[in-house]
Amino acid sequence: MSTILERPQNKTEIKRSGGMGAVLRRNGWTLGLIGILAALFVVARLINPNYGPPGIQGLAISVLPLAFAAVAQAIAVIARGIDLSVGSMMALTSVVAATLMDERSEGFAVVVVIGVILLGFILGVINGSLIVITRVPDIVVTLAMLFVWAGAALLVLNTPGGGSAEWLRNLTLGSFLNQWIPKAALVLFVVVAVIWIPIRRSRLGLSLYAIGSDPLAAYRSGVSVNRTKILAYGLTGLFSAIAGLTLTASTGIGTPVPGPYTLMSVAAVVLGGVSLAGGKGGMLGPIIAVVILSLLRAIMTFLGVDTNLATVAQGLILVGVVMVSSLLQLRRQKV
Amino acid sequence: MTTTTTDFLLEATDVAKTYGAVVALKSASLQVRPGEAHALMGANGAGKSTLVKILTGAVRPDSGTITVRDQIRTAHSPAEARRGGLVSVYQEPALIPDLDVADNLRLTDTPLDRFTHWVGELGLDSLDLSAMARSLPLATLRIIDLARALAIEPDVLMLDEMTAALPANLTERVLEVVYNRRGGDSSIIFISHRMAEIASVCDRATVLREGVTVGVVDVTPDSANQIVELMLGESVADMPERELQTSAKRTSEAPRLEVEDLGSGTRLKDVSFQIQPGEVLGVVALEGQGQDELFDILSGSEHPTGGSIAVNGSEVHFRHPADAIRAGLVFVPADRAEALLMQRSVRENIAVPFSARIAKWGPILQRREKPKVDRAVERLQIDTRAQNEVRFLSGGNQQKVTIARWVAGGIQTMLCFDPTRGIDIRTKHQIYLLLRDLAEAGAAILLYTSDLSEIQLACDRAIVIFGGEVVAEIDAADADEAALLRAAHNLGSEDRLPEEIVAEEVEEAQAHGIKIGEEEE
Amino acid sequence: MTADTTTAVETAGPTMGDRLRRLVRERPIVPLLALLVLLVVASELIRPGIVSANWAGVMVRAAIPLAILAACQTMTMLTGGIDLSVGAVASMTGFVVATLVNGPGLWAGIGIALAVAAIVGLITGIGVGVFKVHPLIMTLGMSLVVLGFANVWQLRMVQTGSGVPQEFRWLGAGMFLDYIPRSLLLFIPLAIIIMLVLNRTGYGRLLYAIGDNEIASRLSGVKAWQVLIVLYVISAVLAGIAGFLYSGLTNVASVTLVDSAMLPSVAAAVIGGTSIFGGRGGYAGTIVGALILTVISSILSSLGYPEAVRQILYGGLIVLVAAAYNRITGD
Repeated sequence: MSTILERPQNKTEIKRSGGMGAVLRRNGWTLGLIGILAALFVVARLINPNYGPPGIQGLAISVLPLAFAAVAQAIAVIARGIDLSVGSMMALTSVVAATLMDERSEGFAVVVVIGVILLGFILGVINGSLIVITRVPDIVVTLAMLFVWAGAALLVLNTPGGGSAEWLRNLTLGSFLNQWIPKAALVLFVVVAVIWIPIRRSRLGLSLYAIGSDPLAAYRSGVSVNRTKILAYGLTGLFSAIAGLTLTASTGIGTPVPGPYTLMSVAAVVLGGVSLAGGKGGMLGPIIAVVILSLLRAIMTFLGVDTNLATVAQGLILVGVVMVSSLLQLRRQKV
Repeated sequence: MTTTTTDFLLEATDVAKTYGAVVALKSASLQVRPGEAHALMGANGAGKSTLVKILTGAVRPDSGTITVRDQIRTAHSPAEARRGGLVSVYQEPALIPDLDVADNLRLTDTPLDRFTHWVGELGLDSLDLSAMARSLPLATLRIIDLARALAIEPDVLMLDEMTAALPANLTERVLEVVYNRRGGDSSIIFISHRMAEIASVCDRATVLREGVTVGVVDVTPDSANQIVELMLGESVADMPERELQTSAKRTSEAPRLEVEDLGSGTRLKDVSFQIQPGEVLGVVALEGQGQDELFDILSGSEHPTGGSIAVNGSEVHFRHPADAIRAGLVFVPADRAEALLMQRSVRENIAVPFSARIAKWGPILQRREKPKVDRAVERLQIDTRAQNEVRFLSGGNQQKVTIARWVAGGIQTMLCFDPTRGIDIRTKHQIYLLLRDLAEAGAAILLYTSDLSEIQLACDRAIVIFGGEVVAEIDAADADEAALLRAAHNLGSEDRLPEEIVAEEVEEAQAHGIKIGEEEE
Repeated sequence: MTADTTTAVETAGPTMGDRLRRLVRERPIVPLLALLVLLVVASELIRPGIVSANWAGVMVRAAIPLAILAACQTMTMLTGGIDLSVGAVASMTGFVVATLVNGPGLWAGIGIALAVAAIVGLITGIGVGVFKVHPLIMTLGMSLVVLGFANVWQLRMVQTGSGVPQEFRWLGAGMFLDYIPRSLLLFIPLAIIIMLVLNRTGYGRLLYAIGDNEIASRLSGVKAWQVLIVLYVISAVLAGIAGFLYSGLTNVASVTLVDSAMLPSVAAAVIGGTSIFGGRGGYAGTIVGALILTVISSILSSLGYPEAVRQILYGGLIVLVAAAYNRITGD
């Protein structure tokens, strides 16, 4: 205590970036996923030497809806939520788009696409507002909204039908510049980058991670937790709508029955390194996870494995990854 | 600009807040002058934290007014309070664990240059802006949080237990900064348990007791006693003196609990003691001296990294609290939210341990269980009227339920961690009597308490832990508060308390006309 | 001093609203039964003459398998969990028995089906209890695994063919005297056992304790993993039993038969007053919840509303009821 009158120099060495090492460490999970993906491609080529551009294009088109669904889910999960209504919102937006575009001009379809994306945002905002206002847990509200949106989809279109604008269909078909770059993949990355990157960089993006990481600290840092949560669900709805549009685009019709997208999106998000505890992860991981899951399925088909066993494998992978990551977390807590 | 009609920068008048049946604040007032460092004092449960939450907009008061620069202000969120010029820094840093420091600064719109200035002032050697907040040590986070608050240049800066568990060198810098900010246009509200800090940096102190402002004191080197008296109120006089029996220690028996060289990493080192049946052993320690780890290990929640525990002479190893309970070591935590099933009834809460083992998963035998529960309820005089859920009980009654849970099963060894924190005096007294009764009946009790006056009221002797080691053992007869406080600071009886040292330093410094913290020579 | 004030507040006379809150909090079954009666009256008003002994029998018969599935949700939700694998497990057991009945026989089929269900529950329980995986994820994952294996099994069984056993038809769809569903033979004892377990056994006490406060239960010596493993095994076996009734009721053996009942089972538990946060609720409310959902569904179909409207209404109801409970039981 007698040192209270001494005064050292006021020099603080401020480091602005952690260098390569920190970047690698922070994205370790994603890099690992990329490694696995690359390895799987090699395996796919080895098993089926004919696996080339057409296969990859097909893969890209087939993963598109799930990839957007995973992005949608990731946003909710980062903000410490979960949205079980992603699949239903996809169904609803898909049938709305298919119904409105059916036998209408190509130009009108542009309006429809924009309108449907907006609709998705509104659906999400409704989800989020209900969670915030009723203070019922996210899981329950979105489980309930799963019914509501799916029911609404059935009201719009009772059986699969409608149509899709030609340009929308062509948007994801074929390749771009190089036969190895499928247009579907390009669409995926461009859309996600254009919407997500500006948000991620903005205060809203920071707030999303903040309320997911530590709501109390976020609140004390002046973040409006409720408003951020509603916006997070709004974005989840928005990406669900885009996922729904890709469904319409790839099939040419709207299907009112939700596919297995909600479950798979949760799986992809967990595999993609987005912590269910919130606040962690990005968009690249879940997208790569979706590709890995689809590629695994493709490889199993090459091997002549029953596709149902592929479903089993997906379930086991999901459970296994979550178990291992919880185990690691438990270990860390003990040390 | 200044249309000042009063002398106060911030003024809270007659603020009251009730949570259900619990009155957190009855009538609290606080007046902060521009340019002063104002201490907000009060024992645990006096209402400090509620008042802080109300000032920062986290909680809305039931009644009362708050004015800043004579404008009535009702902040509904910390963000609003921040815009209104009131920023607080909490014991738990408000940094987002999963964002790096730079992003955390961006989140609060903190000007980087001023932030860097303050980080330097606060004596941080180096700071990596790209480091995740999660990866930084707590002390660094606190400093960042404080620097961030200072960089916004708020009218009123509220520091809530800023220095708790901060290393000594950083504590000094924080105090320095607080001290040097006095005299300007802005003020600091300083909340701390440490009298020495209050004495060294604060101008005035407002004292709360049981939700009421009981006094405002000009801080002088010897105002500590006055503050303590205000904080304690009549409670000292209220307490009936316990006859200190020169406890007839039954040394013939094996010790009920024998702890030898117990260690837990760097937090707890080579702690050894014994408790005989019929004895209440007090544990005295300042915050964070290893007592948490000691109790966690003894209650089976944590594994020791060294040493041994023996119960009734045979060595035991706990992998789960269930093992400790089986060995007769039962635990009463300080935080009732950790102990109670808030939505369940009193009876259910008491009966839970009866069903814990797989062998007891079958039908509940009310015939056997009910009398035990009834007896425990009666013995602790728990108020069970018309309340089905424990969460609606008062804090005192809740604490009784956590103790009754073990009383119902019969107590061999009870580990009480600050069991009277934040509960009313009457209940406190009942708990002391109960502890004595249990000891008379042959139980061994280990009691950690942050209320030093309890040691003489309830214990036979006390051990003092400092820096993870047992530094003293004092017989109850000699364990007055002053003696315990000295021991808790690891000072010999010849040494002076830090309060006295700092007070003298301040006095000396002021005599020389220099500000504390500036270089001598 | 504080004690005095506290007492004063506690003994202040309860207002009408307070009393209602207490009622809902402590006896949620009363308002639920009132709602059920209201719905029955509404049915009669909408379609005069529809309410009859036979109608009641049909309602109860449809509600029973749902109520059993909802028992899985009730028990898991009491611990703060949820079991989203009940749909897959129930479909699987019904299907497995249907494929085995012509080979090894009915009882062997039932035994094998329930054993498989128990193994699924065991794995789920280990994941949730030991590895601390979120029950939602764990049960979703397990439902994928079960569905996948059931599909594989289906392909193997295409040759042998399958058929819902007559006994399941008799039990699941049959009625005594045209208005007493035979499934009550199974359901009444089952429901009594479930309620007794929840309210009168040490195990039930621990379910509530873990859901209310896991740390406090731990400090009381409760080993949560033991409780949870047993819980998810019970839940899977109950789902398996519900699967038998579903296949009997519909006379269909399909690996996705019960999927559509999974969400209503959660709805029934939530409407019945079981909190998804854990620690609060009971099975009696859930049974009434299942009845309420069944009657609503019948009203809607008698009004000619499509399935879609029923879904929307279910969803709205869950949010509404959960929000109402939150307001009533919250501080």
